[in-house]
This record gives sequence, structure tokens and C-alpha cells, in this order.
Amino acid sequence: MKTYDLVIVGGGPAGLAAAVSARDNGIESILIIERDRELGGILNQCIHNGFGLHTFKEELTGPEYAARFAAQVYERGIEYKLNTMVMDITDDKVVTAMNRTDGLFEIQAKAIILAMGCRERSRGALNIPGYRPAGIYSAGTAQRLVNMEGFMPGKRVVILGSGDIGLIMARRMTFEGAKVLVVAELMPYSGGLKRNIVQCLDDFDIPLKLSHTVVDIEGKERVEAVVIAEVGPDRRPIPGTEIRYECDTLLLSCGLLPENELSRSAGVTLSPITSGPVVNDSLETNIDGVFACGNVLHVHDLVDYVSQEAAAAGKNAAKYILSGKNSEAKEVQIFPEGGVRYTVPATVRPTEMDDTLTVRFRVADVYKNRAIVTYFDNVEISRRKRPVMAPGEMEQVILTKAKLAEFPDLERITITLEEA
Amino acid sequence: MYDVAIIGAGVIGSAVARELSKYNVNACVIEREEDVCCGTSKANSAIIHAGFDAKPGTLKAKLNVRGNEMMDQLSKDLDIPFKRNGSLVVRTKDQDPAGLVELLEKAKANGVPRVRILNREELIAMEPNLSDDVVEALHAPTGAIVCPFHMTIAFAENAYENGVEFFLNTKVENIEKIQDGYKISTNKQVIEAKVVVNAAGVYSDVFNNMVSSRKLQVIARKGEYMLLDKAAGCHVNQTIFQLPSKMGKGVLVSPTVHGNLIVGPTACDIDDKEGTNTTQKYLDSIGPAAALSVKNVPLRQVITSFAGLRAHEVDGDFVIGEAEGAEGFFNAAGVESPGLSSAPAIGELLAGQIAEKLSLSKKDNFKATRKGILNPEKLTMEERNALIKEQPAYGNIICRCEMISEGEILDAIHRPLGARSLDGVKRRTRAGMGRCQSGFCSPRTMEILAREVPMAMSDISKSGGKSTYIVGTNKNI
Amino acid sequence: METRELICIGCPLGCPLTVTVENNEVTSVTGNTCPRGDAYARKEVTNPTRIVTSTVRVSGGVSPMVSCKTASDIPKGKIFAVTESLKEVCVKAPVAIGDVVLANAAGTGVDVIATKNIEKA
Repeated sequence: MKTYDLVIVGGGPAGLAAAVSARDNGIESILIIERDRELGGILNQCIHNGFGLHTFKEELTGPEYAARFAAQVYERGIEYKLNTMVMDITDDKVVTAMNRTDGLFEIQAKAIILAMGCRERSRGALNIPGYRPAGIYSAGTAQRLVNMEGFMPGKRVVILGSGDIGLIMARRMTFEGAKVLVVAELMPYSGGLKRNIVQCLDDFDIPLKLSHTVVDIEGKERVEAVVIAEVGPDRRPIPGTEIRYECDTLLLSCGLLPENELSRSAGVTLSPITSGPVVNDSLETNIDGVFACGNVLHVHDLVDYVSQEAAAAGKNAAKYILSGKNSEAKEVQIFPEGGVRYTVPATVRPTEMDDTLTVRFRVADVYKNRAIVTYFDNVEISRRKRPVMAPGEMEQVILTKAKLAEFPDLERITITLEEA
Repeated sequence: MYDVAIIGAGVIGSAVARELSKYNVNACVIEREEDVCCGTSKANSAIIHAGFDAKPGTLKAKLNVRGNEMMDQLSKDLDIPFKRNGSLVVRTKDQDPAGLVELLEKAKANGVPRVRILNREELIAMEPNLSDDVVEALHAPTGAIVCPFHMTIAFAENAYENGVEFFLNTKVENIEKIQDGYKISTNKQVIEAKVVVNAAGVYSDVFNNMVSSRKLQVIARKGEYMLLDKAAGCHVNQTIFQLPSKMGKGVLVSPTVHGNLIVGPTACDIDDKEGTNTTQKYLDSIGPAAALSVKNVPLRQVITSFAGLRAHEVDGDFVIGEAEGAEGFFNAAGVESPGLSSAPAIGELLAGQIAEKLSLSKKDNFKATRKGILNPEKLTMEERNALIKEQPAYGNIICRCEMISEGEILDAIHRPLGARSLDGVKRRTRAGMGRCQSGFCSPRTMEILAREVPMAMSDISKSGGKSTYIVGTNKNI
Repeated sequence: METRELICIGCPLGCPLTVTVENNEVTSVTGNTCPRGDAYARKEVTNPTRIVTSTVRVSGGVSPMVSCKTASDIPKGKIFAVTESLKEVCVKAPVAIGDVVLANAAGTGVDVIATKNIEKA
């Protein structure tokens, strides 16, 4: 069996940044396994701009952002395998993978970084009634067809869900000559970034109907019409509010799900909120030496944050490989409360953590004029005013080792939202 | 002129074709869709019933029990995924105990083996997720689950290999009695045959009524289902039925032979024989209905929902055999549940009747076996590597959810009656049938179809006809 | 005096901006958290501009399309003229990030450049 110090599952933004960071922190033996035909993952089909302002201080497109990280991987001579699918991961860190040339093979790793990303929620998972004709695509599938393969999946389009990919595709299909009739969003707020509403919908007079959902799909062979209706506070359709749109295409942009089938088979504990692994401050899962970062851990809004998080995972994996098993340090749990849905990480080890730790989270609803407040036990540690917070955007709190050291008997950290 | 023309390449038409192909016969199957298994056969509970439900003495009862018996051998010969997982008909505390006793009596009368009533304690040991209200259940160990796609496709492929012709994309428009047989007009050619088999599912009344003096009325009874992720597949081990009601067997909860969990069907008679749409109302009713027999069904893990149409003949029984006033016109009409279970027996029965009618002799060189698409997961690592070395496509995973390789997809395209659409590939390989519902693999599968068939990307469809995916190239729509 | 509420598209933060305009001149911008927001607001109310991202065909490459963008922002009203002008463009592989695929797109004075490396097939 081949051995590597570090196997990284996934060569998207998370996997690449993790690899670069692990190498820069002293790990020579690294293998990135990527299922697609090139490095960069989903960034390669995200041809719009808006990436990299934090990382590179300039606004790049997805392929450009991917290329910069891929270049860092090439410069460092980090090994990678393309067109290779990881089939299984065990709790003792044997990775089974397969491709056309090597066949089915096993690798013993000292550490593994999970960087598999996420997938889109399908029509089936949304349980949308109606016929099942051709012409229903997840926004990402349509994005791949249009941007990478040069095919147009439709001419008259209804979009369900205001996730960023759906908004971006509304503009993209408009650019290619399609007519986007409407974007319907089940929630009373958009799931995407505000800038994307402005530059992808408002710029082209595409209406966004909040609190609306698809209640019927017509067309036995190809989509012929989509019926949307307003929903009440219970998110159930209100009879009599139906509007019928004649169209040939329905795009779905209704949320992303971390892709954790491999993690689950390895025995990684998953959070029911994020659907991603539960990790500590080093982004390590319940299995020693198995780390997670990027959208497989929790769905991010900005790739820059993915890269930052992945770099931390790479550094921590390097530390684990070089110094062996982590010590049995005291762990303090972070409790998300008052509209904070979850935190990543979920626990902190005050003695092991870096000098600063970025705790990321999302909020449950749209909140105005609230403050993000952190408590160590009952002591308020920080309070930061936020005029507007929305579920579509990630929030963060920074914890410092120095501050935690002042609380040797700390039992719980609470991150909550309070009236500002 | 054909000896036999079979209308419909569903499980019934295909089973008849396969049984007939044991004889020296010049037979064809006429199917309006682009593939076999496109109607009722693709959207049902995927159950091989034990046979306790139908009224003793009916065709439904006889053919179900016989069909069930035949499945062990057939699944081996034709490589059909099949599992005798057993079934339970559960009675809840407010239901009349007499109902279950009556069912037990029927089971005995129908000749269903080893059926007995189990008490709650015995049941919970088998099925810990039964609802708290379940007090007892009828247990039928011969109840089984099957892949209805593979069953139909296996019959059709085997029939094809034994010389039966298939006309796909061919819609029957009229049937007319002529001397020595029938003239079948289609949207393409005219087909003449001495004998016609009507296996047209919800349209079986239409074709019968063109020639027979006994008019049939087949109603489309819609059943809606939810299919849950494989993570939920072990929620129950056996097929859990509820005590039957007037509208059918109630809602069942069952593992599928591929490891998912299926919940449904609802029952609603509709006028539209093409009405395979799901509805909010009935989808919403599935959860509460299932909860009567099984608790905590994880409906949040639904990966798809679908509707199938059962061909319900108003008189209630299957209509099998030579039609009144129409010599040489054989019906397999009104085949609703337990139609899938009865299919092998219907094939056997009708082939026998037709052979007698036409004085057909048995073929010496009938090929009784058929190999399905390889399941690489059943191979050892060494075997799999040997396969990939020889055919590298088996090393290239296309469907990440079901872990289906390009090799399996190539096989699905190039085998007899091969796949020409994404649904065709899906039914044969399961590529696209997993939790992401083809979001990941559909562009890749389209590419393979385009290259291998070969066909233009713009002609690649979900299921033939107008169900194409691409309306033009980027920059040019 | 007139005020306009805008969402800054300068970066994904999407700051809510309030712009005060007097006699067609911007007199104040508030709500921005960086200078980009101020600049965006002033432009948006007088001469709105956008970066356009799209694709063009590639011949002889490993991929049939290459992604591209306007090298700098262009007047908002010229967006469709630019996307239209890309229809006929076909570049030869290899293509490198930054290569000009269309110079002076639709008379905007702005080049459209490749945003992906496409190797020869």
C-alpha cells in the first residue's frame, strides 16, 4: 500500500489552499485527489468576478482565483491526481480511490484533510409537485453546461431560490440571450449576496419574488410552464396566489449541502445543522488526524474565507503529522444562541489553539441593529454592532488565546445576538 | 406477417415476449416510447407480493402466487436484483382483528406458503420502527422486493436475444381485423400479425375496444411515492403494508432492492391516462399515512417523488386471454397491482395459450440466461483492477452518488436494446438515481451518449421525444 | 436635494449606501466601509459601470470555451453590446489568462481578456 503523510480529498479551493499551507508548514509527502479533469473545483465554472478581494486584494473571476492557487501547488511540486474518485475512507486513515490508469488503489495516510465541497439540493429533495420533464436543472449544472461546455439549457427561464448561483445564472443566461422571467424565493429574504441581487437581477429588471415557491411544473416531456405561488408565514402556498409562467426551463438554487458521504463512512461525527463535520479549533474531526475545511465543513459565502480556513486546516494537519497525536487538552464548547445557528469550530482548546481563532457562523433570520456578543461563562468578552445580518452571509467572531488564558476554569463560551 | 405482435414493452409485454421466444415464432413488440419500461412498470412499489391479498379464485390471486414462485429461478437466469425480504400487513389497535384473520384465510386459500399472524412482541424484534399502535401483523416470508426496471429490461433483452424484434418510438394508432390476423397501424409503419397481445397498460381498454365485443374500461389510478436516501434504507427490513382499504393496499413502507426506502402509494382515480404528475395534496398525505404503520420515517431524506398509473379495470380483476369476439387478440388488460408480481405468470400463461393457438413448437436453441450490467462493487479489488486494466472506463466514476463508472454506462448503451436517453442509462445503471438526482453526472452522461451512440448533444433527451436538454449552443440560441 | 439608497457591489460585503445628490453632483456618501464604496456610489448615480464576464469559443483547445472578462468596467448601457460582440469571437488555443480575446469591445475602449488558461488539445 502506498503511504503519504497527508492525503487531501478534493482539489478545489479548500484542497489547494490546505495543500499549500501544509507544504509551507513542513510536510513533504502530500497527495491531492481530485475527481474532475483539472484542479480548482467548482471555481472553474464560476466565471463571474468577485473572488479574491481578501486574499489577493483584487477582484478576480473564479477560474483566475483557482489558477493562482493551482500555480502555488505547481510551484511547490505538490503531487495531485486528477480524474480520480475517492471511494472510501476508513477511520484508520486508509483512503481507497480509483481512476482509469491506476485502477482501484489504497493509500495509508498519517492525516487526511476532507475538502470535498458541497452539492446542490435537487428537485427531489425539495419535493416540488408536478411532472418530471426535461428542463429542470440545478443552477450549478446549468452553469457547467453554459460556461464550460458551451451549451444552452433553455430560452425562457424561471429560477427557484435566490442562492448566489441562481442569481449569477440569471445574469449569465440573460447575457447568452435567454429570457429570465422571475426568481422565486421561499423565504422572506434572499439567500444570496446583496450585490448579486443588484448586479444580476436589478440591472436586468428580473423580478425577485420573496415568499414565493413553485407549486406546479407543467409539461410531460420538456418543461412548458411553471406555476409559482406566494407562501404564508408557515411557508405553505396560499391558494389563489398562483401565477403561471410559460417557460422551458426551471433552475433550482435552493441551498447547498456539504458532501459528507465519505466522512460518514469513515465515522466522522456530523452536525445536524451544518451537515458538516463537528470540529475543534484545529478543524480536526472526532477522528484523530482527520481534518475538514471549506464547503464540506459548512457552506461558505466567500471563497476567500474557504482559503483562509483551509490554510488553517493545512497548518494544523502539518502540526499533527510532525508532532503526532494531539494532547488530551481541555476542550471548551461554544454554544450558539439567540439566532446564531451554529459555530465552526464547535469547541476550543485554550492551551492548544493559535494566538487567534476565527469562529464563523450564520444567523437564522434577517436581523437589524443587533450586536454579536461573546461570553466566557457569564462574562461579556466582546460586543460588535451589526446594522444588518442575513442567513445568506457568514459572520465571525475572533477569539484570542490571551483572553482565554485569563479564564482557566472556563466552562462554556456563548456567542449570541442581542439588541444593539 | 408476424406470428405475434405484442403492444407494449412494459413488464407484461416483455414477459410475454420472453416466454414466447422459447418457441419457434416470428414475434415483435411495439412500444410508443423510446425505451422499454417507460409506463406503469417504471413507477410502482417494486414489490413481488406474496399473494395473500387477492380474492381466492381470481386471476390476480392465481397469477400472483405463481409469479412469485417463478421469481427465484428467473432472477438467477436473468440476473434480476431480487430479495425475499418478507412482508408484514400490520393491524393497528383501532382496526378490527377480523380483517387480519380474513387475510390469513385468503392467504391459505391462495396457497401462499408459511403465512402466520405475529404478535407485537415478535414484530418489534423484527421491526423496531413499527408504530406504537401496531398490535399484530400477518407475516409472509415469501414477500419480496425487486428492481422493476431490471426485471422488465431483462425480459426484453432476453426476448430480443432470442429473436423477438422491438419497434420503439412506434405508437399504435389503430387495430383492424383482417383475414388471418390483424393489421396494426402505427405512426410509422403498418404491422400485420396473426396474433396480437394487448399489454398496453392504461391503454389496454382502448385497444381491446377496437376489436373485442366485450368492452373494457380501464381507469388510471394514480399512486404517488416518495423515495428516500439510502441512509434511510434500513428503517425497516421487510415490506410493511397496512390492512387493505377499498382504494388499494394503503401506504407501504419498504426497503428497495437497491437499499433506498420507498413510501407510498397514494390512490386517486384520474381521467388523464398520461397524468403522471405528483401533487402537493397527495405528497403531503404520504407522511401521515406512513406513520400509521411505521414511526419516524425520515421523510426529510427524500431524494425524489414520483407518480405511477395503475391500470384498474372496473370489474376488478385482470383480463387475460383471448378477447371475446376477437379471435387471435389476446388481452393482458387491467393489469394493476399485483401486476409486477404476476408478470412472469402472465407471460407463461399467454405464451402457452398463443403457442397452442398457433401450434408453435419449442425452440432447440432458446437462450434461457441473460447477464445484467456488471456490478463492480461485487468484485474483489484484484478482479476490479483486472477489469480496469482491460477496460479503463470501469475506473472512471461518472455518478458519484451511486458510484457508477463509465464502463457500466458504456455497457448500458451498447448492449441489446441499449439506452439512448439519460433515463435509459439511469434505469439500467442507476447513474443519476442517487441523492443528487443527476446534478453531477448528467452533463457527463450526455457527453458519453453523444460520443457513443453517436448523436448530437441537442438530440440527447431525458426520455425521448421532445424531452431534450439543450436548446442550442452558447452564443447561438 | 435628493437621496438615493444603493447596495455597494464593490465587493461581496454589500454595504448599504446612502448617496446625497444636489444639482447632479454627489454631495455625500454614507454607509460605506471602504473607499471603494464611496467611488462606487459616486459613479453609480452619475455614470454606472460594470465588469462583464462571459465566455468565447476556442478552437483546438482542451475545452470548447474560454471564460473572459472586460479588463476594466464598462458603461452599464454597453453591457449587451459587449456580450453581443463576443458571439462571433473564436480564439485559437493555447490561451493564457490575460490574453486579449477582443480588443476595444463594442467601442468601449476596453479589451476583453481571457480569465482561464486553455491548453492545446
